[in-house]
Amino acid sequence: MQANPKPLPLLEGLAGAYYDWCRQGELRFQRCRQCGTFRHVPREICAGCGSFDWDWVKSSGRGTVYTWTVVARALHPGFIGDEPYAPAVIEMEEGVRVLSQVRDCPPDQLRVGMPVRVEFVAVNEQVTLPYFCRA
Amino acid sequence: MIRDKACIVGIGETAICRKPGSGLSEMALQLKAALAAIDDAGLKAGQIDGIIPFPNLGKAEAFAASLGCADLRFAVMLNMGGASPVAALRVAAMAVVTGAANHVLVPAGWNGFSGVRVRETSASDSESIPGAAIARDYYMPFGLNAPPQWYALMARRHMHEYGTRAEHLGAVALAMRKHAQLNPNALMHGKPLTMEAYLASPMITDPYRLLDCCLETDGAAAYVVTSVERARDLGKTPVYIMGAASGQPYPADEIMNRPEFHRVGLTTAAPEAFAMAGVRPQDADFAQIYDCFSFEVIQQIEEAGFCARGEGGAFVENGGIELGGRLPVNTHGGLLSQGHLLGLGHVVEAVRQLRGEAGARQIKDAEIGVVTGWGDFGDGSIAILRR
Repeated sequence: MQANPKPLPLLEGLAGAYYDWCRQGELRFQRCRQCGTFRHVPREICAGCGSFDWDWVKSSGRGTVYTWTVVARALHPGFIGDEPYAPAVIEMEEGVRVLSQVRDCPPDQLRVGMPVRVEFVAVNEQVTLPYFCRA
Repeated sequence: MIRDKACIVGIGETAICRKPGSGLSEMALQLKAALAAIDDAGLKAGQIDGIIPFPNLGKAEAFAASLGCADLRFAVMLNMGGASPVAALRVAAMAVVTGAANHVLVPAGWNGFSGVRVRETSASDSESIPGAAIARDYYMPFGLNAPPQWYALMARRHMHEYGTRAEHLGAVALAMRKHAQLNPNALMHGKPLTMEAYLASPMITDPYRLLDCCLETDGAAAYVVTSVERARDLGKTPVYIMGAASGQPYPADEIMNRPEFHRVGLTTAAPEAFAMAGVRPQDADFAQIYDCFSFEVIQQIEEAGFCARGEGGAFVENGGIELGGRLPVNTHGGLLSQGHLLGLGHVVEAVRQLRGEAGARQIKDAEIGVVTGWGDFGDGSIAILRR
């Protein structure tokens, strides 16, 4: 048991559904059944057309680095000792963007446009997080 | 329309400090600033009948009870984080123009150093932001936990697209620090800064170094707004609210999936406020810009229309935002070098400049000034003021 555990998502509602797919090893995003628009983070209706109907569509898992920050001093106790680490925004092929980390890339080698692909890390029995690695 | 129909008639500001702390509760600290503002206006506390408190720092009813405001008629809270005190200018103006209240008090203050530090609250008390649940479920597990980290993502992308450099961020920090040398109530008074020292300061969350980050301090400030008619009967030079507006990024509760990544609340608020005021950005003699982090000054200079998007780095270089430059910014030292008064200090300083009460840092013949607020995931507010 870690002294200062990392924060974890609350597995309720749509976040629960999103992370349940991750636990099964699949990155899936909502796609509006009416107008076909992908969306993230998960929401109840499509902001484009108002439809309540969606499918959880499997992502290609591929994307590129859009932006990032290199945390040199942790601002949450759960991340003390991890520095430097780099929260990074990944723009997926589906068009949505995901905040994650590129775990196999030293922070000083991150570049905008760098191709990456998803990899899953089980934090515990309930939670699996989608991270990324260089493609 | 509220243009030129409401005035700021009173301002108050407590001492700003770190160790050993204010020695007051956050409510007492704010009441101290409130009483100073009411006195400055030439009013009695009982005449305050509208209060717009800062989110989560005390309820209007509690302020009214302590101040003896027996006829509180107008009490609202604007949930826009650091954008709230400037957003309150428009709401206060609307209230006094419509008759919902006669005298509106807007206080803000906290023990940002001796109390709970914001860098701790942002991790453990994320309920205070509109996107709290989204941050909890999709940001925090990946180590994105606090405001400088959110905004650093925007700064890094801006650097990529427009060539903004560390020295541009440094120019913002240096300008604020230079102005603080002229403000005895600035925490960094007597502590000048060089670019070398700025660049040598430790990295917090790239591209933000320690000296790109606002101070954590104890202190409070307040202002009072009333109608033009009532302002004429009061003692001080009234400062007119020419135009004021607020705005939100889209979506406001989620940073990563914005169709236009650099569009923030100010992007839509600024044109609205300038149109209401009937002036252009270049007509302003100064701007007090919410400087939680250095890049946010560059971004707001662009989004307010002082220059085009992408040109903010060049705008702040070579003393561009220092006193004597093309647009003096944060003549009091701002959050970066005066202290963190939650954005209300920016309003106080704008009023001082327009009254001609800014002492050693007075801008000669200042007639029109701009003040902005920034909060949460990029909420924005702006007011254009004149004497």
